[in-house]
Amino acid sequence: MSQGCRSLRIVASRSRAAVRSYASLATPATRKLNVPIDFGKTPLLHHSSKTIPQTPELPQGGSTTRLNLCQAVNEGLRTALREDNKVLCFGEDVAFGGVFRCTVNLQSEFGPDRVFNTPITEQGIVGAAIGMAAEGAKPVVEIQFADYVFPAFDQIVNEASKFRYREGSTGANLAGMVIRMPCGGVGHGALYHTQSPESLFCHVPGFKVVVPRSPSQAKGLLLSAILESKDPVIFMEPKILYRAAVEEVPDELYTLPLCKAEVLKPGADLTIISYGRPLYNCLAAIEAAEKTAPGTSIELIDLRTIYPWDRETILNSVRKTGRAIVVHESMVNYGVGSEIAATIQEQALLSLEAPVKRLGGFTTHTGLAWEKFIFPDITSEFAVPTSICDFGF
Amino acid sequence: MDFLVPQSLPPIATYRVMNAEGKVQDENRAPPDVADEQVLEWYKNMLTVNILDTIMSEAQRQGRLSFYMVSAGEEGIMVGSAAALGPDDIITCQYRETGVFKQRGYTLKDFMSQLLHNKNDPGKGRNMPCHYSGRLKTGHAVASTLGTQIPHAMGAGYAMKLADRESGTQSPRVAVAYFGDGAASEGDFHGALNMAAVREAPVIFICRNNGFAISTPTTEQYRGDGIASRGIGYGIETLRVDGTDIFAVYEATKEARRRALRDGGRPVLLEMMSYRISHHSTSDDSFAYRSQAEVDPWKTRDNPIARLKKWLENKGLWSDELDKQTRTQIRRDILTELKAAEREKKPPLSSVFDDVYAEYSEEQEAQRRELRRLMEKYPEEYDADDYEGGLKGL
Repeated sequence: MSQGCRSLRIVASRSRAAVRSYASLATPATRKLNVPIDFGKTPLLHHSSKTIPQTPELPQGGSTTRLNLCQAVNEGLRTALREDNKVLCFGEDVAFGGVFRCTVNLQSEFGPDRVFNTPITEQGIVGAAIGMAAEGAKPVVEIQFADYVFPAFDQIVNEASKFRYREGSTGANLAGMVIRMPCGGVGHGALYHTQSPESLFCHVPGFKVVVPRSPSQAKGLLLSAILESKDPVIFMEPKILYRAAVEEVPDELYTLPLCKAEVLKPGADLTIISYGRPLYNCLAAIEAAEKTAPGTSIELIDLRTIYPWDRETILNSVRKTGRAIVVHESMVNYGVGSEIAATIQEQALLSLEAPVKRLGGFTTHTGLAWEKFIFPDITSEFAVPTSICDFGF
Repeated sequence: MDFLVPQSLPPIATYRVMNAEGKVQDENRAPPDVADEQVLEWYKNMLTVNILDTIMSEAQRQGRLSFYMVSAGEEGIMVGSAAALGPDDIITCQYRETGVFKQRGYTLKDFMSQLLHNKNDPGKGRNMPCHYSGRLKTGHAVASTLGTQIPHAMGAGYAMKLADRESGTQSPRVAVAYFGDGAASEGDFHGALNMAAVREAPVIFICRNNGFAISTPTTEQYRGDGIASRGIGYGIETLRVDGTDIFAVYEATKEARRRALRDGGRPVLLEMMSYRISHHSTSDDSFAYRSQAEVDPWKTRDNPIARLKKWLENKGLWSDELDKQTRTQIRRDILTELKAAEREKKPPLSSVFDDVYAEYSEEQEAQRRELRRLMEKYPEEYDADDYEGGLKGL
């Protein structure tokens, strides 16, 4: 472990000279790190059904279909609507297929009583869903952009999260209620089409907060949220992946466990924890870092459920590697990384060989022209592992 | 260019059956279609709520419970409307619906268990006093948030409409949302009524217009013709009712329920006019913002209990003597239950953490162990014995 990181530091010194040379050239043509993710090749996606067995819990051996993220969400919703007639699907513009096409053909297949448009009222949508779930329905409601969930904040925080607790011994609860919302940067969404509010919801117990990274993950996690979860779920879909992330997705009904992280790439020297879209940048940065410093081995973990989170998997990893970085797109201040970093230093202090590093969006609003400078990118995700391995040497 | 000028339109009429003298106002109509035994039960339920309010307000001032809200002046709305509902109808409440719980089967012990949050409280000691729960009798637990329950009722009504149609055997149900005139200013009210109309949900929206939201009179709450005038704007059938006339309340709610279930479902809005005789709560002194002279007529002439008493006396079913005996008995029963409830243990300590999620998260489990560790290490600093099972209950 130490040997690997030492060599990473040495090589990093050399790469600084290369950077100077890059700066003097001043041409984007020499860019090596911040190049677009090749979604057709990234190992995070199952480009062929042959790699599906590498992902734990995905069903093996069945037929698969090549789907992008919004198609996988559509399949997840269709599967749920077929499986249980208590499942309802509604929100703004969902009847014709939704503004991201996640609900295409669902109304024609399941009818306007189960798949329908609502008036434009986020607090009304979530409030109605609470009433429905309390009577045993399974409302899967869409908030058109995560940025517009805030009118429903009171219903989510004061009502949905506390419903079972305040009902007490009658056991009344909101199992089967899912609030889906597109989230995250998309390049040009500016102030109101890029937000990732998961950390706001993680400060409230009573529901689960889930973010999928890929089509096959989205389908399995969504079906788990709708059909199996005994608690309401907030399901956040990274919209930049809706069409970009394409992979083979098992055709059958399958669920993936909530509150359980997945180790995407084992490693011995450093643990990187992330979720959703940033995972793709993380993997590209790891590949660059490991190439720069042969012998270095970095572990990558997809948190999947942001809260209640899988503390055991993360802590076991950090105890093994001795170093941790948490990456998320939303602002670093009071972000998900803060909770994870605090828990790591509290529970795994004696294993730590460097401070836990957090890499999140900068503390500013996502101005239209500035998104690419605000969110973590491959370069910043490359720089942090390099610098954290320098620590102490 | 004919602008619609609200002030030039005639005010919405108020439906009334019984006048201030306890007589059917319209001599040409049939008497209310209610058995005398049922009316007597209504009267006793209203009386129970009224006396409970008096005793528990005093108990709060004595520090025996932390908080209390009176519903004086509005007993007729609660008991009368609840009497018209089906046993399986789902109710969402604001907080002044004590009479609904009474009419739907809450016993004095049930009230006391919640007010004193002892081990018999179905809410497990988590909710402020007057936030009653117990699904079989009431529907949803009462929450302090204003207006949030209104869209819940809309959703419940819609879900029950689908479920009842699917079941074939379940007799159709409605959902009911109770709220005050102040809560109707919240955005949730707008979202709920609009969605209920569009989705044709079988919901009865019952607004208790008692003239005040804490210190805020309705002249500072709205400028339209009350809450009833808004129903039309959403396409909702609407009726304004004399809330101090229990027969009007009962008949209106019964008819609203029939309409709500007709042709696959629809929402109905009832605005029950009344006056909040009492302070808003035990944290309020209402004479800081209104005069005694304003309150008095509602206490005597336009009082739902006094009015029904006259009706019963006119029919020879009641007397001052019987009234006195009944009040004494109710008072005695309440005090007995209050003392019994005070002697009970509080709920088990695990109620701190149970039911946040269906199952404990690993983190919650760690926190529960930490609380137990603290209480074991510093036993003199915590009063575990007050709780059912003591430390073992954690």
